[in-house]
Amino acid sequence: MKSKVNRELPDDLMKQLNYQPFETTEIGNPEIQRVAPKVHVSTGDDKIVDSIKKVVDETLEDGMTISFHHHFRNGDYVFNKVMRVIIDAGIKNLTLAPSSLTGVMNDMVIEAIKAGTITNITSSGMRGSLGDFVSHGGLKNPVIFRSHGNRARSIEHGDIKIDVAFLGVPSADRLGNANGMKGDAVFGSLGYALMDAQYADKVVLLTDNIVDYPNTPASIKQTQVDYVIKVDKVGDPDKIGSGATRFTKDPKELKIASMVNDVITHSPYFKDGFSFQTGSGGAALAVTRYLRQAMIDNQIKASFALGGITKPTTDLLNEGLVKKVMDVQDFDKGAADSMHTNGDQQEIDASWYADPDNKGAMVDQLDVVILSALEIDTKFNVNVMTGSDGVIRGAIGGHQDAATGKLTIISAPLVRGRIATVVPDVTTVVTPGDSVDVLVTEYGIAINPKRTDLLAVLSNIPGLPVYKIEDLQKMAEKRVGTPKPLEYTDRTVALIEYRDGTVIDSIKQVKD
Amino acid sequence: MEIKKTAIAGTLESSDIQLTISKADNGISIDLQSDVKKVFGDQIESVIKDTLAKLDVKDAKVKAVDKGALDCVIKARTIAAIQRAAETTDTPEWEVL
Repeated sequence: MKSKVNRELPDDLMKQLNYQPFETTEIGNPEIQRVAPKVHVSTGDDKIVDSIKKVVDETLEDGMTISFHHHFRNGDYVFNKVMRVIIDAGIKNLTLAPSSLTGVMNDMVIEAIKAGTITNITSSGMRGSLGDFVSHGGLKNPVIFRSHGNRARSIEHGDIKIDVAFLGVPSADRLGNANGMKGDAVFGSLGYALMDAQYADKVVLLTDNIVDYPNTPASIKQTQVDYVIKVDKVGDPDKIGSGATRFTKDPKELKIASMVNDVITHSPYFKDGFSFQTGSGGAALAVTRYLRQAMIDNQIKASFALGGITKPTTDLLNEGLVKKVMDVQDFDKGAADSMHTNGDQQEIDASWYADPDNKGAMVDQLDVVILSALEIDTKFNVNVMTGSDGVIRGAIGGHQDAATGKLTIISAPLVRGRIATVVPDVTTVVTPGDSVDVLVTEYGIAINPKRTDLLAVLSNIPGLPVYKIEDLQKMAEKRVGTPKPLEYTDRTVALIEYRDGTVIDSIKQVKD
Repeated sequence: MEIKKTAIAGTLESSDIQLTISKADNGISIDLQSDVKKVFGDQIESVIKDTLAKLDVKDAKVKAVDKGALDCVIKARTIAAIQRAAETTDTPEWEVL
């Protein structure tokens, strides 16, 4: 069985897990049924508990699905505290369904897998020792990777049925009204966790900061919460995100950023009221700076900026160059603080952000989007999941979702060290080439041949050489040489879902 | 060319390779560490071996710590390390370079 991007999929697993292969980026207009959580009725006066153990004993059973959010990123204390108790309680066969997994969780996840506590995982991504462990066959069942929008879709469909959600928050009141903006370990938007709060059967908040009732603004509401656990510390503020993301000084990244800016400003989308999403990488941030000047020079204002937000974006909001920031996640303290003080920075949940099975998601309204890539191939397929050694070391994040924007730009260097970024075939297809429009490298750009309209407007711009993507690929290979093909075993260690819940590619166990 | 002492060339910066060459009795041995060993290991070792052969080094122990260097860099670092190890930096063999 093959997906439309010509990837062989494991027939047995596809059948066993009732999956269809990826066909198209078009979602269409199907009618779907969403699920609803169970409610244990209470007036809410006895939610405060001071023991994780008590809550685990009352709520968890073998075989359940548990979830966490990753808004604390590498400053997270909640995941390890809770998993420690769950492992020690001897609970087995859990499905771990967090919004994503960060490095600080790796050792605990590996321990939980070895103990039989966790036997299934679905996540946006994984890196470091955990990615290595899974790629070497450490987990029996395949990991299911889903984009942020697809996780929201899966939760709404009931494909992910969360029994207990453990959600760390920097402030909550005794009934569970909570937000990510007040307290010591603030991270701003609770975007990904809002799905869990809305759809999990049991919602457990953990906080180090119980404030007077009622806590406002209430991102998570008391109507959703079963328990509020008081803990010492939920996170390390210094490791949640840098104080303010700094601009790159790398000349290569600056060159790519300036070329991305040229592509945007010469495109038909660059007009008053346009919308955009940039990532948090060095080049993406520098694009924001170039774009700012171009917007001032041309007297153009953006209607909204979307996605993971950084301070350079909230600066545009404060300057009036961007009218609204639609915020599912904040990457630095500047952006997190701004959410607290600026009413035009709207917290949005993952469904509103990017869920395809929706009455309209923000990504559907997006004009310009700048994304990164570990690899991009001559079919414009993008890999953000596996490294040049075939080992899992990335995350889908919102890549597949945001790529549905009207002008999707992949910004990436032609080569990184000895590894070519532009390749004949990516190691793992995450985002299909059909949703990618332009590749920008430091040597020049390539336009998806399906976008003849862009080819017409972007050719003949001074300082912006246009190549066929095959030529960029050859240019890269000439510099670094031809790599030896990677070797894998027959065993599937992960499946990559497309945002509509079909399977686009699989990851095999690496051979060492 | 005879290796007289242990010598180093190159750094551990990204896109560089650090080579340590020392004396040996029976042929060439290469101990390679590289993040791209799976896909470029053979190629890196063959560039080092070819360069050693060109400079007529028959016995040497080579430790190579690669940080993603291109072939031209590997060749340059190997030549520098050999000349330092053979104490010929003042009289380089230009014709084989």
